[in-house]
Amino acid sequence: MTLHSPDLAKLIFGRLSLDDIPYHEPILIFTFIGVAVGAIAVLGLVTYYRKWGYLWNEWFTSVDHKKIGIMYIVLALVMLLRGFADALMMRGQQAIAFGAHEGYLPASHYDQIFTAHGTIMIFFVAMPFITGLINFVMPLQIGSRDVAFPFLNNFSYWMTVSGALLVMASLFIGVFARTGWLAYPPLSELPASPDSGVDYWIWGLQIAGVGTTLSGINMIATIVKMRAPGMTMMKMPIFTWTALLANVLIVAAFPVLTATLALLALDRYAGTHFFTNDLGGNYMMYINLIWVWGHPEVYILVLPAFGVFSEVTSTFSRKRLFGYASMVYATVVIAVLSYLVWLHHFFTMGSGASVNSFFGITTMIISIPTGAKIFNWMFTMYRGRIVYDVAMLWVVAFIITFVIGGMTGVLLAVPPADFELHNSLFLIAHFHNVIIGGVLFGMFAGVNYWFPKAFGFRLDPFWGKVSFWFWVIGFYFAFMPLYLLGLMGVTRRVRHFDDPSLQIWFQLAAFGAILILLGIAAMIVQFAVSILHREKLRDSSGDPWHGRTLEWSTASPPPPYNYAFTPQVHDIDAWWQMKQHNWRPPMQGFLPIHMPKNTGTGVYLAVLSFIFGFAMVWYMWLIAAISFVTLLAVAIHHTFNYDRDYYIPADEVGRVEAARAGA
Amino acid sequence: MSMKTLRGLLLLALTVALAGCHTVLMSPSGDVARQQRDLIITSFVLMLLIVVPVIIATLVFAWHYRASNQKAHYDPNWDHSTIVELMIWSAPLLIIIALGAITWVSTHKLDPYRPLDRIAPGRVTPVDVKPLEVDVVALDWKWLFIYPEQNLAVVNEMAAPVDRPVRFNLTASTVMNSFFIPSLAGQIYAMPGMQTTLQAVINHPGDYWGMSSNYSGAGFSYMNFTFHGMSESDFAKWVAQAKSHGDTLDQATYAALQAPSERNPVRYYGSVAPGLYHSILNRCVQPGPTCMNMLRVPEPSGGGEASASSDSHAAMPMAHPQ
Repeated sequence: MTLHSPDLAKLIFGRLSLDDIPYHEPILIFTFIGVAVGAIAVLGLVTYYRKWGYLWNEWFTSVDHKKIGIMYIVLALVMLLRGFADALMMRGQQAIAFGAHEGYLPASHYDQIFTAHGTIMIFFVAMPFITGLINFVMPLQIGSRDVAFPFLNNFSYWMTVSGALLVMASLFIGVFARTGWLAYPPLSELPASPDSGVDYWIWGLQIAGVGTTLSGINMIATIVKMRAPGMTMMKMPIFTWTALLANVLIVAAFPVLTATLALLALDRYAGTHFFTNDLGGNYMMYINLIWVWGHPEVYILVLPAFGVFSEVTSTFSRKRLFGYASMVYATVVIAVLSYLVWLHHFFTMGSGASVNSFFGITTMIISIPTGAKIFNWMFTMYRGRIVYDVAMLWVVAFIITFVIGGMTGVLLAVPPADFELHNSLFLIAHFHNVIIGGVLFGMFAGVNYWFPKAFGFRLDPFWGKVSFWFWVIGFYFAFMPLYLLGLMGVTRRVRHFDDPSLQIWFQLAAFGAILILLGIAAMIVQFAVSILHREKLRDSSGDPWHGRTLEWSTASPPPPYNYAFTPQVHDIDAWWQMKQHNWRPPMQGFLPIHMPKNTGTGVYLAVLSFIFGFAMVWYMWLIAAISFVTLLAVAIHHTFNYDRDYYIPADEVGRVEAARAGA
Repeated sequence: MSMKTLRGLLLLALTVALAGCHTVLMSPSGDVARQQRDLIITSFVLMLLIVVPVIIATLVFAWHYRASNQKAHYDPNWDHSTIVELMIWSAPLLIIIALGAITWVSTHKLDPYRPLDRIAPGRVTPVDVKPLEVDVVALDWKWLFIYPEQNLAVVNEMAAPVDRPVRFNLTASTVMNSFFIPSLAGQIYAMPGMQTTLQAVINHPGDYWGMSSNYSGAGFSYMNFTFHGMSESDFAKWVAQAKSHGDTLDQATYAALQAPSERNPVRYYGSVAPGLYHSILNRCVQPGPTCMNMLRVPEPSGGGEASASSDSHAAMPMAHPQ
């Protein structure tokens, strides 16, 4: 069919044309075929087993914080595969692109890959991972039945998915940004980046950012308002403390990101000059703003991981956490200081010596509370009885790895040293050292630790250990050579090298990446084996690790209402203390439980947001306008939904509790 | 053992360990880079004082207190000790106080804007020596070096005499780059409409690798150049030879040069149109736009004419056209 009116086509399709489908890129075609085959297989299986209704009713529309938490983590794991595929491609390119050999990735593709890798790993792997873990664990830890705003939680999740899908769509329709993951202007402004790439980046992050900010508000409200009686602030489990501060940071920092992206979008769409070279624009403002968000972001990720390590160390050392109060203060100090260090990301952009030293020294000061935390974990192990389940192995690997990463971080905080090390592979090694060694190891510890709580059976320890060793050894192979290459003066985001003496180190790093690949594969095997052997790995006690905090007092998986009776808290280690006093769950006097009802509105809003974002990327003004108006209409319509709650009858609660006691 | 001996020992150990590869950051040829190297090593040693014991203690505790070792002391309720708490906060604090002091002093001493007070260890900068001025422009995707005294411009190659301070003034045409010669000195960004400065000196003759270290677009990976450290006489010869190329870098040739291109060969311009660097810096090479340093809000009492900034050097990133 031919379109007779080019204006109509333009109104509907904007600047999107068939040329934007990358069918001339064999790598992308194969990826597309792979993804398509995989997607058809999954959709086919779901259809064959008639699971659509189950998925929709029990998961997609669920407002249960536990299910939303699990969905967040599934999203993080899926996106980890994508982000890691990018990493493998980069390692492959850098291992072979020497001298006359150009490698297999042209600049137009390679530059998208490193941008996508950073964007995806931070926004769609690390963020959903911590949000998911907080979602699942925190309400259980504080003895609550759900989060403060259950529907908002579901909506936040789907907005994150929507943002992730928009970034994924750029693989097959148009291009992704070629700017680096923070899209510094002037490179990200229209003159240097006129195509769809930066727009995908902006709208993907804006949509996901709505979810993140709202989820932050939700979690703060939950922790502040919904703790079990007796749980004063200084009796909160340490993971909940870190969750609280991470979410305070989210609520304070993400609006800055949103505003910065909005200003960049205005420059690109409306011809304003906030960050342009000319007409009064000042791109240094963007650099400052993006790092005012970006540095707290690092602590948003790592604080909850610290919380996981505290819980796991204490549980597996069979001992109270050493220095609870100093842990709390250290966390608060880190959260505050995280706002006073942003300039250390650009010492080399010409600020004066006094400014640079100020930010250098504030950065170093963060290592004091962080060091105190490390000591606290050490002294928690001291005089303990340490059981090395997989989660605890991750803790030991974390402490050693993170100490090294922290040390190189302080080194980078010395401005004159940073002049030599900034933008080098030493920097790359440093932040992977703390993000993988800190955040990711923490998340893996958390998954192994809380999996039995979520599903009622443990993860297979053998494959967990296989995965652990591949990951840890792979990490050292992949990143220690980068430290060295940094000292050899090699910088980041380079696609091709002339000096053949560097090649061996890049090949070693690539080998490390392959070991990590095996680690990821072992992790997938671990999930599969555990599901197959779930009866053997079954835990009917609800407390497989001899836990200390409240979440281990309820059934695994917990009933929809979490606790039939709101627990009474007397100690930091509330459940430990209850066990010491031979607490038994009451078997009578149940009351009907007031519960929030599932709703599909979150999904609808996220789908509309996706359409809106996609339309904005491609200048499809008509569709953008329609989808945005519809989005508002659906949101407003939802406020008139009065069918939003129900009661679980007392006798049903009684039946569930009796079944558990009998099991 | 003094810090100096420690540093020396560590340097020796590092040299042995890294013998197989050329770690330019650890064996630089410029005095600024050398001081930065020393600072990296000093900070590293300072931190090792705490990091090594932590790693060892972690491993020892992790092993000794394993559950199967029933002989180990087990105290499940031991969760506080004032003396330990005092230690774990004060030990890092002391290290950071030391490191903070070093940072404050060295950041001021090695401030890239600050004229060099020495050209090598123990050699004060002679008072009569004027630094060699080099105006650097990062273009898409090549480097332009303008020598105002020599009235010379070179693409993707530069040279400087040994032991003479060099003052780089840097800007860029369209996007941010970072100017980095690891052997000479740490990097500094080159940014459009703004000027940064780097003061450095090279101490040994040789050919050194320079690059852009901040991603700037498709041709970024090839945005490299060679920096030659030369004796005074060789430098004079290099200048003479470069000047023997008849081309002039003026507005028209610059316009052609600044168009995006990759893997540009070295190119010499025997003369440079006066004021070209300042037009690039103030974004007014092409006819049309007003130079940024001319953009000033008219004085309320003044004649209403926009007047040039008194500091003709500075692009004013914050200036607003009104």
